[in-house]
Amino acid sequence: MRERQINPLRESQFLAPKRTESKRNFCADTPAIPGLKWIEIAMNQIPIEQRVLRNCALQHIRRRMWHTLYFKDAMNILEFTLLVAVGSFAAGLLGSLTGLGGGVVLVPLLTLFFKVDIRYAIGASLVSVIATSSGAAAAYVKEGFSNIRIGMFLEIATTLGALAGAFLAAFISTKALAVIFGLMLLYSAYLSRKPRSRAERNLPPDALATRLRMNGSFPSEEGGTRHYNVQRVPAGFSLMFGAGALSGLLGIGSGAVKVLAMDQAMKIPFKVSTTTSNFMIGVTAAASAGVYLNRGYVDPGLAMPVMLGVLAGSMLGASILVKAETKVLRLVFSIVIAVLGAQMLYKGFTGGI
Amino acid sequence: MAQTGNDAFTDQKLENMVGNLLRAGVSLSAFVVLIGGVIYLARHGRELADYRIFHGEPSELKSLSGIVRDAFALSGRGIIQLGLLLLIATPVFRVALSIWGFAEEHDRMYMVFTGIVLVVLLYSLLGSASGF
Repeated sequence: MRERQINPLRESQFLAPKRTESKRNFCADTPAIPGLKWIEIAMNQIPIEQRVLRNCALQHIRRRMWHTLYFKDAMNILEFTLLVAVGSFAAGLLGSLTGLGGGVVLVPLLTLFFKVDIRYAIGASLVSVIATSSGAAAAYVKEGFSNIRIGMFLEIATTLGALAGAFLAAFISTKALAVIFGLMLLYSAYLSRKPRSRAERNLPPDALATRLRMNGSFPSEEGGTRHYNVQRVPAGFSLMFGAGALSGLLGIGSGAVKVLAMDQAMKIPFKVSTTTSNFMIGVTAAASAGVYLNRGYVDPGLAMPVMLGVLAGSMLGASILVKAETKVLRLVFSIVIAVLGAQMLYKGFTGGI
Repeated sequence: MAQTGNDAFTDQKLENMVGNLLRAGVSLSAFVVLIGGVIYLARHGRELADYRIFHGEPSELKSLSGIVRDAFALSGRGIIQLGLLLLIATPVFRVALSIWGFAEEHDRMYMVFTGIVLVVLLYSLLGSASGF
């Protein structure tokens, strides 16, 4: 067969895992992979007399890609990096389009699909969380929605929580991590489907919040500015500690919990909550990322495609967010999150992680 | 914000500076990671990928000085790690900038709050290495 000359070293990898079909079938049709269309188009430029070679080479590439998708052990670093980058790009894009964050699907994607050890996955995810949060926050702060005082005060809680979570991660088995992660995913999916309660307006100023100078205003939709009074600071502060701990333990931004703390407990307007939360995510993640880095959980070879992919995806998502219809997308993404959550739980309990 | 005095330095101005700092930090680190990535893939792209088993990183990719030394030796992994370090440092710089901003506003209370956050971050980045 001609394709043997293309890459003889790979031959053994094709045939190694339970593949005993004859050499004649080697060139048989393998289904196309959508993303590889451009390679096939390029292949069609080869002169006609080499068609047999061309077809075989095409089959070789298709087969090789399917193979790497199913038997991850045979991937080389270049293929692995490209696939991880594509997956991270999709996660970042969906995360920013739906506002649910890409980090939450990154760890399941890496552990379940790419069979990465969950500690490496968490380290890489944390790094990408800092990138997307800082990138998005840079755009938000200029609009005047985020409240730097609320953010800074609550960051005391989230960074301490993140530190606690990161230390805790060293003593928890990877199976337990998978189970906690699964529960977190299911909860996020539930939260994303829950209708948001109408924000109460014109609440009386709270003594502690006033002393901490947290009350603020933001440009409202009707034009002009809308003033708000922050409520229940201690409740919000404790919830933020929990959010930080989850972030440090699981390598996610835990923006959902942060928004919950500000929106539900402290009665901060939703728009201010989400933008301030985004602002805080980077600092929270940096607190645990330092610990992860020092502990050797951040692998450059893995973190590189994850960080660049998620960053590019979320930047693209943010630029098309304005006009996009996200209702259906949000539903689909929360179903994906729920399925991943169930899978993480299953793998955690059966020890597949 | 309710900064009504004749002080020209407002929260909004501080937030704008913070925004620019964040954007610069992320762009710079993404650029460094990309360069490191190209070098790494050019040298090691054909080797087999294996992240199934956790080894932990070698000590030179864990400590600050080790990463810097590796990066200046033009090791691809070292350069990527330096980029990631810059990324982790970006929020730390942001917090430090906020302290300066609150000092300009003569806001003692928030200088203390921000200082606490900065100490936690610096401990995580520099101090936690010796804890294990």
